[in-house]
Amino acid sequence: MTNVKVKSVAKTYGPIPVLTDISTEFPEGSFTSLLGPSGSGKTTLLRIIAGFIKPDEGVIMIGNNDVTNVPVWGRNIGMMFQSYALFPHMTIAQNVAFGLERRGIKGEAAHKEVDRALEMVRLWGFGDRTPKQLSGGQQQRVALARAIVIKPSVLLLDEPLSALDRRLRQEMQVELLRIQRESGLTTIFVTHDQEEALTLSDKVAILDRGRIVQIGDPETVYEKPLTRFAAEFLGDSNFLSGKVENGAVRLSNGTVVRSDSALPGNGADVTLAIRPEKMSLATADSQPNRLSARITTVIYAGPVLSYILETPDGLPLKLFAQNRDGRVLREGETVSLSWSPEHTIAVAN
Amino acid sequence: MRQIGRFYLIAILLFLYTPIAVMMAMGFNESPLYELPFTFSTRWYEALLSNQPLLRAGANSIIIALITAVIATTLGTMASVALSRRTFRGKSLLQVLLLPPIAIPWLITGTAMLIFFYWSGIGRGMHALLIGHVALAIPYVVLVVGTGFKTVRADLEEAAMSLGSTPVHAFFSVTLPLLYPSILGAALFAFAVSLDQFVISYFLATPGYTTLPVQIYSAIRKGFTPEINAISTLLLLGSMAAILIFARFAKPGDTRDKR
Repeated sequence: MTNVKVKSVAKTYGPIPVLTDISTEFPEGSFTSLLGPSGSGKTTLLRIIAGFIKPDEGVIMIGNNDVTNVPVWGRNIGMMFQSYALFPHMTIAQNVAFGLERRGIKGEAAHKEVDRALEMVRLWGFGDRTPKQLSGGQQQRVALARAIVIKPSVLLLDEPLSALDRRLRQEMQVELLRIQRESGLTTIFVTHDQEEALTLSDKVAILDRGRIVQIGDPETVYEKPLTRFAAEFLGDSNFLSGKVENGAVRLSNGTVVRSDSALPGNGADVTLAIRPEKMSLATADSQPNRLSARITTVIYAGPVLSYILETPDGLPLKLFAQNRDGRVLREGETVSLSWSPEHTIAVAN
Repeated sequence: MRQIGRFYLIAILLFLYTPIAVMMAMGFNESPLYELPFTFSTRWYEALLSNQPLLRAGANSIIIALITAVIATTLGTMASVALSRRTFRGKSLLQVLLLPPIAIPWLITGTAMLIFFYWSGIGRGMHALLIGHVALAIPYVVLVVGTGFKTVRADLEEAAMSLGSTPVHAFFSVTLPLLYPSILGAALFAFAVSLDQFVISYFLATPGYTTLPVQIYSAIRKGFTPEINAISTLLLLGSMAAILIFARFAKPGDTRDKR
């Protein structure tokens, strides 16, 4: 139960920078997701914290110890891999006991710890089986038990749920969160699944091309994206671009849009992001921001209706509406959309 | 279709095993000239017991094959580890260079070795035979163990290291046990390559130290008796037993994912 600090970490492979000047802190007991597309450097960052990769520059601190030059096996980390990575020639109990044995814990003491860990992941009594006799979800639990039984300083998860099917994945998410809360382990979780990142984490860090573009609690990161990339990668967004004019934004088609975000000076180019669920069909008491658009596609998904629209000047828009009254608009209809200045976020390009 | 398939399979087995069966049977035939009718006798096995040169050559062959298997398997496995799990300068060149020796005719390799060993002062005899056989067997070992490596996931060693294993401990506690069937298979290959070897052995053997194939060859030239069938039968049963033991424990063709 320690915090982890990453200071000015950089890594290049040949001429390609994989990570550029990463500095961040993972507080004690927190659950942080590293979220980004493939190639964003999230896995590299995790492997640098684990000690599998040496950074070209920068410092890694686990607790008060500078571990930058400590190899993996000296860092006391618990790690879960994408492929489970259970040892196929050992029983479940032997798998879980592996790390204990390396720490000199053997016999009855080890036996007790293994039992406790297997109980925690609800696999008590599976000790004598081999990994092959277990389902994917069960193997995943064993991998988790093996990682936490050694009481690691930090738990590192490298997309551990991506190989599971949807239902099992949701089950494991709940399980993972419960175990993380019970054990109080500082956890760093690499994922490209935004929903997973939002549901599980205390903090989400969004990575793009080797940089952390935004880090914060899920609500802030979702509601107040700082960059166009963050607004697009985490959830969906509509983007409007225009020039600042007297504290508002004039779009190229002449429409003036208000935003509560801090805007740059008059005449500056600005991009606004609006979440599709924050827009609604305009009625009499509607918000000050309005655009009219023609519906091109209707996606009926039961509780939620998605409309894809196009403004007269060809700008694509998306609108998510609750299916409250069972009224579905038709393709080809022209509607007026409205949204509040509060939900109109100025983002960096 | 099934019938044809079965017939085809039986035909292949017949072609493979009939000559061997005849050879074995003739070892138990009374006649020194392989004449029929067949009269059962163990006289050639008795004669073999007193044929010191043939027995000594047989023992030499087995000893050389065993030592070759141990050395070639160790060196070849080490090379495989480097080629499968490490990156270093000249790796692909090395990988490419390892394979041609399998395709180069033994006669050429043998001549080259003879000239080189003579020129460098290594000379001929048991040590020369060993060096030659080990060199021949290593590419086979690298090939077999390298294939085995592909079934052992690299992240298993990483998992072991995350749990506190040094790379050496991770290799011996995780990779090696999983690689064991491939290594056993490679050792068997090395053993067979050495035991089978005639051309190179013929060049590198001395009159005082020779292997079974070389001894059989010179015996055939002088005119021979079914004693050769007897020792061949014994050798054959020995190798068959080794292969069956291997097949029992390693289950070749078992392609289940080892993760």
